[in-house]
Amino acid sequence: MSRRRALLSGAGAVPIIALLAFGLTRDASLIPSPLPGTPAPPFALAVLHASTAEPIRLADHAGEVVVLNFWASWCLACRSEHEALSTVAERYAGRGVHFYGVLYNDTPENARRWIAEMGGQSYPTLLDPGSLTAIDYGLYGVPETFFIGPDGRVAYKQIGPATEQLLVRQIETLLGTVTGEWQ
Amino acid sequence: MRCLGLLLVALAFADVGGATAQDAAPPAPPASAERAPTAAGRASAAWLEQQTRTIASQLRCPVCQGLSLQDSPTELAQEMRDVIRTQLAEGRSPDQVKAYFVGRYGEWILLQPEPRSFNLMVYVLPLVMLVGGGAVVLFALRRWTRADGAATETAAVEDQSTVNS
Amino acid sequence: MTRIIGQTALVMALVLALAGAVAAVVGVRRRRPELVRSAQAAVWVNFALLSVANLAMVYALVTHDFSISYVAQVGSRSTPLLFTVISLWGALEGSILFWGWVLAAFTAVAVYRSRARLPDVLPYATATLLTIGAFFYLLLIGPADPFEPLWPVPADGPGPNPLLQNHILMAVHPPLLYLGYVGMAVPYAFAVGSLLSGRFDDVWIRATRRWTIVAWTFLTLAIVAGMWWSYEVLGWGGYWAWDPVENASFMPWLTATAFLHSVMVQERREMLRVWNLGLITATFVLTVLGTFLTRSGILSSVHAFTQGAIGYYFLVFIALVLVFSLVLVGGRSGELRSAGRIESMASRETAFLLNNLVLTAFTFTVLLGTLFPLVAEAVRGVKVSVGGPFFNRMTLPLCVTLLFLLGVGPALPWGRPSAALRRRFLVPLAGLLLAVAVAALRGAHQPYALLVFGFGAFAALSNMAEFAGAARARVRAHGEGPARALLRVIAAHRRRYGGYTAHLGVVALAVGIAASSSLRREREATLPAGGILEVAGYGLRLDRLWAEEEPQRFVIGSDVTLLEAGRERGRLEPRLNYYGGRSEPLTTPAVQSRATRDIYVTLMAFENDGSSATLKAVVEPLVAWIWVGGLMIALGAVIALWPGRRRTRRSVGVQRELPLQPAAAPRRRVAEGGAD
Repeated sequence: MSRRRALLSGAGAVPIIALLAFGLTRDASLIPSPLPGTPAPPFALAVLHASTAEPIRLADHAGEVVVLNFWASWCLACRSEHEALSTVAERYAGRGVHFYGVLYNDTPENARRWIAEMGGQSYPTLLDPGSLTAIDYGLYGVPETFFIGPDGRVAYKQIGPATEQLLVRQIETLLGTVTGEWQ
Repeated sequence: MRCLGLLLVALAFADVGGATAQDAAPPAPPASAERAPTAAGRASAAWLEQQTRTIASQLRCPVCQGLSLQDSPTELAQEMRDVIRTQLAEGRSPDQVKAYFVGRYGEWILLQPEPRSFNLMVYVLPLVMLVGGGAVVLFALRRWTRADGAATETAAVEDQSTVNS
Repeated sequence: MTRIIGQTALVMALVLALAGAVAAVVGVRRRRPELVRSAQAAVWVNFALLSVANLAMVYALVTHDFSISYVAQVGSRSTPLLFTVISLWGALEGSILFWGWVLAAFTAVAVYRSRARLPDVLPYATATLLTIGAFFYLLLIGPADPFEPLWPVPADGPGPNPLLQNHILMAVHPPLLYLGYVGMAVPYAFAVGSLLSGRFDDVWIRATRRWTIVAWTFLTLAIVAGMWWSYEVLGWGGYWAWDPVENASFMPWLTATAFLHSVMVQERREMLRVWNLGLITATFVLTVLGTFLTRSGILSSVHAFTQGAIGYYFLVFIALVLVFSLVLVGGRSGELRSAGRIESMASRETAFLLNNLVLTAFTFTVLLGTLFPLVAEAVRGVKVSVGGPFFNRMTLPLCVTLLFLLGVGPALPWGRPSAALRRRFLVPLAGLLLAVAVAALRGAHQPYALLVFGFGAFAALSNMAEFAGAARARVRAHGEGPARALLRVIAAHRRRYGGYTAHLGVVALAVGIAASSSLRREREATLPAGGILEVAGYGLRLDRLWAEEEPQRFVIGSDVTLLEAGRERGRLEPRLNYYGGRSEPLTTPAVQSRATRDIYVTLMAFENDGSSATLKAVVEPLVAWIWVGGLMIALGAVIALWPGRRRTRRSVGVQRELPLQPAAAPRRRVAEGGAD
């Protein structure tokens, strides 16, 4: 048995093991979005409970904070974040912060029934036929929540259910930085 | 027997060459596409379908595990294929369509990494391995066939190796 | 009670495995045979203990004992009995429990069969297998405890993963895969045994070779069954997606295939000893890596289990195995080198070397592609994907080369080529040209598909010529009928003709893959009831939609009639299955399979009032040949493994297989020399 050869061969294992160890510290299912920091994709979408045919446009909210929550009635995790979204949306109503739900791969009837079942939604939900807006925002699944700053750029993307704490922190950050800096 | 090795290397290079040529030069759509719903129009529709399929099979379905947009039966994949078709019909090039999806989903959405800078490693290392291994095999074969002699010599050499071990 | 029985058995198994491993090593070092025998006793008892633990779990599953967390996780009162039993391997903990049982069983059989032979190697091999077992028993006691109690006891559970209960092949694929993966531990253990004891004689290599064929056969069947399952369940008409877990099962298959070929060079020429030990070791390490990838959640995959602390246990294990193996093989490599000699470049030895080169490059490419997303993330901090298009582009040339070698190899003689060699290739070459011409006329235009058809025909004819030539000689010599002569020839040289049978299976598989992927026609459309979807000359008429409530699921089905030239050619029933707790339905595509083509229909979507539905139809030529090819490979392996009469195997067989060389004498000398 040659000790030198043995040691050299054994050292060959180090990079592979280091790589696998690195992999264990990562979450394979979390894919970072390239959107934060870039201008938010514009949209013009009809409202679910519409009184008029006039669509909601992102461009109408220049200089304001927009929180865009993609959801569906068949999504279980969306139920758990519903209350937090409604509460926080109510708290910031009239302070230059606009919440919108965007319905993802679901029928309007299902969505209405779901909202009624959940005891209402304190902000409008928009319809996205063909998921064009969802794809524009690089959606992987629901729920996902996008925070758009007064500068019209995507500031943050939340994958999975949002909590009250997270919503408040992101909104406060955006309200405090009107100059266009993003976190 | 050297032709075997040559064939191997030639095939490996031919493939990469072929694939890049394919990527670089997509067939141009017929110019008269919009005007006449005739043979040219049908050809253009077929071209659009073909291009959509090609691009969709190079992009990863976001809600599946490892399937391409082309193969995925999910609703989102269907809608993303519609987006590809629409953008192509609007006159965007296949590269622009892919760039759109990379901009929204990140490099993750490309089922094969762009052969640039660091990513080149994943394309080049297998070739290095194949060529290097081929050189080792060739070298060994040369050595093993050179000392052509009687069969008894083999036995002697074997004995030698036995003593050494 | 069940819980206590199961846990006690596992704790005892862990203690016994460690004690047995130590006893075996001390026994062989200090020359104390009673210690070695006690280690063997530990092997038998371990098998019994793991059987008890597995039976306890099956009992708990069948009796719906929801006080055991695993049962509460995968069981439900509405699940049919068969799926309740197979949910033993439906989730992480149970799969490791079952894995442990398979390993204990393999260990017992391997040690039992070799107990009279290999006195120096076997104790080390026993210790190796027991140590590997101890790792799995440790997992079962620690992070993957299947018998963990649950309180409060729920009244019912969610049932197994829908993917598991959606198709019967899930009862077959995982056990085959475990048999294949775990089976590779046996040749590895023998390799470690020979490295530690310093014995490299042909008894060792024969035991290793046979065990590798056994494990390789299971692995082959597992991979093909997995492809079949994907095809039948996932609804996209494909069978291989280069998913990390698929790759993980494919890599050890590649290295094991390389070993099965290069080991013949070692048997004939006493060459490549280090290389062969390396291949066996690599195969085992790759099976462990595959297990790690599946169970650590390190790469996202459709087949992956949920992640947990278990990843770190596996990391330590894989690190130990890797370092131990590399040190052992690397340290011995100097002593094992032999100055071999080959008479001609145009010999079978050369073909085997090139086969090994291509298979190794293939393995490396798949490994690099599978791990590259991790590398890119570590270096660039960016997530990239490496999927089908990459692997197809990189490995297709290798596949074509392998088919070429598969045609050339069997025709090349050991040693020196004869003058008749050129004539030998005339028929296969004609077949090559004919196949390319026919395929091109039938609409195949992708260069790689044409190459696969051409070299496939070449390889098939070349291998068939081996059967035909030998049978003809026998007809002439003994006056037997052709069929009888063929069977006699196969029976007399099982390994050789088993190998050629496997070759024909590989060709069938390759041609099936090339045809079904390159000549595939698909269409998708939303149809009203009575509407017809036209694809590749066939019509699919949507007759009606229906719904049905089953105990464990809700089914939406559609009746579809297949039409060809206006005539009805059969009925298809694609469905969507809704399992509780999941929003997305699972598809159950309907397939009509014929020798020349499959028609594959998926129900994609439907209107709630039953007025219309979206169907996707795929027409794929020659898909069935993939499954046939897989079975032929396994058949070839069975032929090769079929036990011969002692007489044929020991003396006569050797002489008959080695007509040209005086190899027997030097080989025995090496066997003796290895002892010191």
